[in-house]
Amino acid sequence: MQAPVEQRWSPYADNGGTCMGVAGEDFVVVAADTRLSQGYSIHTRNCSKVTQLTDKCVIASCGMKSDAITLHKHLKARMVMYEHQHRRQPSVTAIAQMLSTTLYYKRFFPYYTFNVLCGVDDEGKGAVYNYDAIGNMERVPYTTSGSGSALVMSVLDAQIAKSNQTIATPSLDKAGIVELCKDVLSSVGERDIHTGDYAEIFLIDAAGISKTEFDLKLD
Amino acid sequence: MDLLGAPKRGMFRDFAGTGAAGLPNGCDSISEARFALPAVQDPATFVETHFSPGTYEDNGKRVKFSKGTTTLAFKFKGGVIVSVDSRASQGSYIGSQTVKKVIEINPYLLGTMAGGAADCLFWERNLGMQCRIFELRNKERISVAAASKLLANTMNSYKGMGLSMGTMITGWDKKGPQLYYVDNDGTRLKADENKPYFCVGSGGTFAYGVLDTNWSFDLSDEEAIELGKRAIYHATYRDAYSGGVNNVYHVQENGWVQVYSDDTYKSHDKYSAEREAAANP
Repeated sequence: MQAPVEQRWSPYADNGGTCMGVAGEDFVVVAADTRLSQGYSIHTRNCSKVTQLTDKCVIASCGMKSDAITLHKHLKARMVMYEHQHRRQPSVTAIAQMLSTTLYYKRFFPYYTFNVLCGVDDEGKGAVYNYDAIGNMERVPYTTSGSGSALVMSVLDAQIAKSNQTIATPSLDKAGIVELCKDVLSSVGERDIHTGDYAEIFLIDAAGISKTEFDLKLD
Repeated sequence: MDLLGAPKRGMFRDFAGTGAAGLPNGCDSISEARFALPAVQDPATFVETHFSPGTYEDNGKRVKFSKGTTTLAFKFKGGVIVSVDSRASQGSYIGSQTVKKVIEINPYLLGTMAGGAADCLFWERNLGMQCRIFELRNKERISVAAASKLLANTMNSYKGMGLSMGTMITGWDKKGPQLYYVDNDGTRLKADENKPYFCVGSGGTFAYGVLDTNWSFDLSDEEAIELGKRAIYHATYRDAYSGGVNNVYHVQENGWVQVYSDDTYKSHDKYSAEREAAANP
């Protein structure tokens, strides 16, 4: 008599990493690390979490890499379809709603991805959208997702929203926000084992999308 | 090109691969959404055990959803007051303090959000579409009774699939101000003279306490709005899963208006001063 064998199917993995987005008056800053790990082992040190969707919109996804790849591929196809139908690129607000329904159509077998959608909207204002795995969506001034998100959020709450700050300080300009993002990711790299190696910073404004990279610690 | 999850145009489609019955919806052409399902023997049970939000915690489940709430709505002589908090928690982490839990379905219908945030957001947006289709077909606005039943029918057809939604649908139609409670079991309750209010969410018990002591049908508009704020304040004070901003809506004959939106800590100063004054007359 053979002993009963329990079969369990676990389709999800957490590949770690951290991403963040901060909206300014007429620009938006997106930052993410490039480490891809599984448990304690680092698979690669140079794997981007960010995909450019239009001339003024990017998406950054943490969670499981394979679902993120599938989702980004799907979204890029939808961008092409939209452009063929409407002869222009979709607005960030349109993409935001489309992403929400796309995630929800996988409600019963979700994409294990935690997305941050960033861009400049039709009014020229910086736009950041935050999502849960199944498409709950909110437009926010700043957000973060991934393994180090709780660490990032507390710093952004203090430095951008200035929650619980008693001494008034001027709000940050474009360069200030970029520097803040670099500092925050460097600090998260110190305390979160899944965040590190390199970081990408995307700046989206009226001039378009520019990308810079900088080093995090490799340990 | 067949893109998985892309909205399909045309005829109503059966649930992909489950053999489950098609959705018995009045407006079939727009509830044609086709959902991807996991490739297991019993998708419904799999989904229920792995992907449904629990009441207070995620029970170690891999996929964490936003939830935790206090929402309330009550009828009175001036219409309906809807008052909600704005916190979304993911386990013990506060995911957001700025959630809009009153969903503006259209200029004369409101829905509230409790349970799974995405479930509420998606299906109340879907309800908005169904209500618009009704308007175009019938050349008149849908009644709140009918609108809430569309949502209840949708919920009933997905029963056992792990959806999580506790909502109040409210508005003003031919029969006057109306308030219904609809949840993911398919329960649909009508607010009447004996049961003029509903509270939904983890902080609902605290809100019920305030409404049970202070509610009266003859409240003035100002008193009613104040009661809505007070109930949410006490819920956010005692329930760790509730907090953030208190949003209050007033449903009137010509549609809803938002009458208040402010951080609950501001209410605390006011109500604690009131409490001190009552204790030391």
